[in-house]
Amino acid sequence: MSAGAHIVLTWHDWIDLFAHYLVLSLMSVGGAISTTGEMHRYLVEQHGWMTQQQFADAIAIAQAAPGPNVLFVALLGWTVGLNAGSHVAAVLGVLVTMTGIMLPSSVLMLLATDWGHRNRELRAVRAFKQGMAPLVIGMLISTGIVLAGANGDAAREWPLYVVSTLAALILWRTRIHLLWLLAAGAAAGALGLV
Amino acid sequence: MPPDLPRSAHHPDRPDLPASPARPRSRTHLFVAFTLLALQGFGGVLPVVQREMVERRRWMTQEEFVEEWAVAQTMPGPNVVNLSLVIGNRCFGLSGALAALAGMLLIPSLVVLALATVYALFASDPRVAGALRGMAAVTAGMIVATGVKLAATLRRHPLALAVTATLALLAIVALAVLRLPMLPVLLVLGGTGCVLTYRKLEP
Repeated sequence: MSAGAHIVLTWHDWIDLFAHYLVLSLMSVGGAISTTGEMHRYLVEQHGWMTQQQFADAIAIAQAAPGPNVLFVALLGWTVGLNAGSHVAAVLGVLVTMTGIMLPSSVLMLLATDWGHRNRELRAVRAFKQGMAPLVIGMLISTGIVLAGANGDAAREWPLYVVSTLAALILWRTRIHLLWLLAAGAAAGALGLV
Repeated sequence: MPPDLPRSAHHPDRPDLPASPARPRSRTHLFVAFTLLALQGFGGVLPVVQREMVERRRWMTQEEFVEEWAVAQTMPGPNVVNLSLVIGNRCFGLSGALAALAGMLLIPSLVVLALATVYALFASDPRVAGALRGMAAVTAGMIVATGVKLAATLRRHPLALAVTATLALLAIVALAVLRLPMLPVLLVLGGTGCVLTYRKLEP
């Protein structure tokens, strides 16, 4: 990751981090990626546990790598730990954030899946499934917008917004494989175009 | 489904659905299958899950996949990980769910951390930093595009498009422009969507 903040984490901070991810887990309807805005607010803006650049790097590396999108959470925990000074802390960061983001939602999923399957014709179940849809969509689009503002300096970063907008338009209208777009974005960045 | 394939009876509550012809042999089989599946998923695992579980390994029928996906998507938690929990749970109970979950996360997270470590070695090279900046911009666009694609489903929503679009736009303003914390936004706008939908649905 890029050079980041040097921070000191107390046990209280670790517990706070864990508790925050437990709550985020329950809020992550639509996937962990839809709570990215909240993670950014908490990790970067409120606590300064990592820089904006590190946050954006973590998301980009996780997206470029194989595996479920939720692994960006492991990378955020890793980064916080590294900023706190050691690889031991980094491993702790991975365990704390990943356990936090997975535990409540997984338990809830296992408990609810049988019940929901048996009762899927219930009016309340259908109302919940369909009623959440506008919010889930709004959350996803907000996440993309928050991430597009890489350093918050729109005047200098406008080529990045152009890339984001182009990528969104191409993915929306075509069935091109994401790897080609990531490769194109990487090439444009490596050549200093963005 | 060809008639000569053995039918497993793992869907006793839905006799109208054809049972899946195949199922994993063991928890290890589950773990390996989900590890291989996750490692194929660049930029999203969902298409790989569908291809592997339904078309190649035939652990689920298409109907089962769609039903379970609806639940996995509605519940909190990463959708594809939720789906892997359901498949593992159905085959071997809790230990199966844990095997599938571990397959989805264990090796892939080591790969991600290895990539991040390699990246750190070259982060001072402006070309590498630039490449990642470009990829991050693409990623942001990809997430917006996913949201826009899903927005098309609002046309078939029980509520009028004007209502659902307003709720989605309010969410974008609250989260992306005003940068409000998510929980109150989720409770207020999600709750409004659920209540309005409930009143609209036939009892």
